Amino acid sequence: MNPALTIPAFGPMLPEILMAAGVLVMVLFGAFRGERPGYGMNIIALALLAVTFLAVLMLPSERVETMAGSFVVDDFAKFMKALTLLGSAGGVILSLDYMRREGISRFEYPILIVLSTIGMMMVISANDLIALYLGLELLSLSSYVIAAFDRDNVRSTEAGLKYFVLGALSSGMLLYGASLIYGFTGSVSFPTIASVLTGTTVGIGAIVGLVFVAAGIAFKISAVPFHMWTPDVYEGSPTPVTAFFAAAPKMAGMAMATRVFIDAFPGILVQWQQIIVFISIASMALGSFAAIGQRNLKRLMAYSSIGNVGYALIGLAAGTPAGVQGVAIYMAIYLAMTLGSFAIILAMRRGNVMYESIDDLSGLARTHPALAFCLAMMMFSLAGIPPLAGFFAKFYVFAAAIEANLVALAVIGVVTSVVGAYYYLRIVKVMYFDAPGERYDAMPFGVKFVLAVSSVFVVLFGIVPAPLVAAAGAAARSLF
Amino acid sequence: MVIGLGHYLTVAAVLFTLGVFGIFINRKNVIVILMSVELILLAVNINMVAFSTHLNDIVGQVFAMLILTVAAAEAAIGLAILVVFFRNRGSIAVEDINRLRG
Repeated sequence: MNPALTIPAFGPMLPEILMAAGVLVMVLFGAFRGERPGYGMNIIALALLAVTFLAVLMLPSERVETMAGSFVVDDFAKFMKALTLLGSAGGVILSLDYMRREGISRFEYPILIVLSTIGMMMVISANDLIALYLGLELLSLSSYVIAAFDRDNVRSTEAGLKYFVLGALSSGMLLYGASLIYGFTGSVSFPTIASVLTGTTVGIGAIVGLVFVAAGIAFKISAVPFHMWTPDVYEGSPTPVTAFFAAAPKMAGMAMATRVFIDAFPGILVQWQQIIVFISIASMALGSFAAIGQRNLKRLMAYSSIGNVGYALIGLAAGTPAGVQGVAIYMAIYLAMTLGSFAIILAMRRGNVMYESIDDLSGLARTHPALAFCLAMMMFSLAGIPPLAGFFAKFYVFAAAIEANLVALAVIGVVTSVVGAYYYLRIVKVMYFDAPGERYDAMPFGVKFVLAVSSVFVVLFGIVPAPLVAAAGAAARSLF
Repeated sequence: MVIGLGHYLTVAAVLFTLGVFGIFINRKNVIVILMSVELILLAVNINMVAFSTHLNDIVGQVFAMLILTVAAAEAAIGLAILVVFFRNRGSIAVEDINRLRG
């Protein structure tokens, strides 16, 4: 019997199927219930994300391929999917109070977040170019709408429009690369591409395709030179949406980059290593230097996220199990740091006005000592100061780079993180040594919860790093 | 003259380049950008179908059908975002997309 005609195993796809069925129920529920105040849909979305999280944890840990080889589940997919789900849950929790106060608390928001999360999970598990593209489009199309979610606000819609135009261009570049790779290797499946592209027999067509695919991926993770959308979209989108963009899609994007380069192009490491080293250095440098002049905290976080992607890419450039382990650890810690930082930005509110400028943090240590302490910990951690989590994140990727003889890359990483420390520490200085302003409103519960969890993680990670490091190590080994 | 794979790839490459330039050089209208995006996706489809015939492998044509479907969804979402932007800003000229600049 033709193997393509047998019914594929649905078990490994259970988390995605659960989410897809759940989101359809949510759409129907929302359509019948209409606009009503309350957090009903958000709670359903959070429950769905939690159930999916458990389903992901219960997946088998050996590598399983299904859907005629286009969908793969392994430890790496499980690890990154768990992070993505946490990021999406953070995006929903942070939005609860904000959306109600801004008068944009519509039921579509949690639905779009869940749809986008399904796309991310498909991208993480994609084992051929078609699945990769479809997952990526599901993720991107939902993201464009979420960016423009505050539809009566010119800044939010402009952010959505910019994200759409540049996102569509990058999808086109990724697709053009995919078509060349398909044409010059004869297959869209990652394992087959890997078996064709080995040694020195690689033609120029496949290399050009690889460059286009790398450009498309670099756009999705906002790596230089495809970062130009990031500051505008981060600044214009509603703040909880920005928190979501900085958290969940980054996890999926790095997972996608890792899987494509390690799974589909292992034989031509020397070819793509140069590309990754270049975009890594460029992202670290731009993330550090361009952030110095920023006054707006959301824009600052945008440049910070560009820089952080550069550091995570150091691990990928190494192309070794230790490097991938570094990427996984880095993304987990970055998730906590970014959600915590955005929770603090969301806490800066008096009445109906949100404050987003660095000057608005002035004297926070006297008006809100606990908040200032948490933000100081986040900033020290982002700057990579021990014993906070951010230090360990950088340590693992730099160590992997040195093992892989990329000493220059690691040195540049250290230098740019020193430059980056300047603007992180300036925020601490403004909070602790400048004249205090008026008090901000009390923090809503959701924001407080996210801030507490991420602060505890960032501060205490150094004491018990073993579980996360072991899980990341298992994830990395499953790719080799 | 026999029209071979190389000719199809050249046409697709020319269309793709036109699409990319249409996005970057265009200073007038966002609708033209949407058209350029479609041009890029259709250039990819020509590539896909040409390779599919050349390799005698159906996967490329399946991919092309999926790209067409996604392109339709993408155009719908793009136009929807453009409409809300127009309602707020009163213009869809490219030089008016300038509220966010650091």
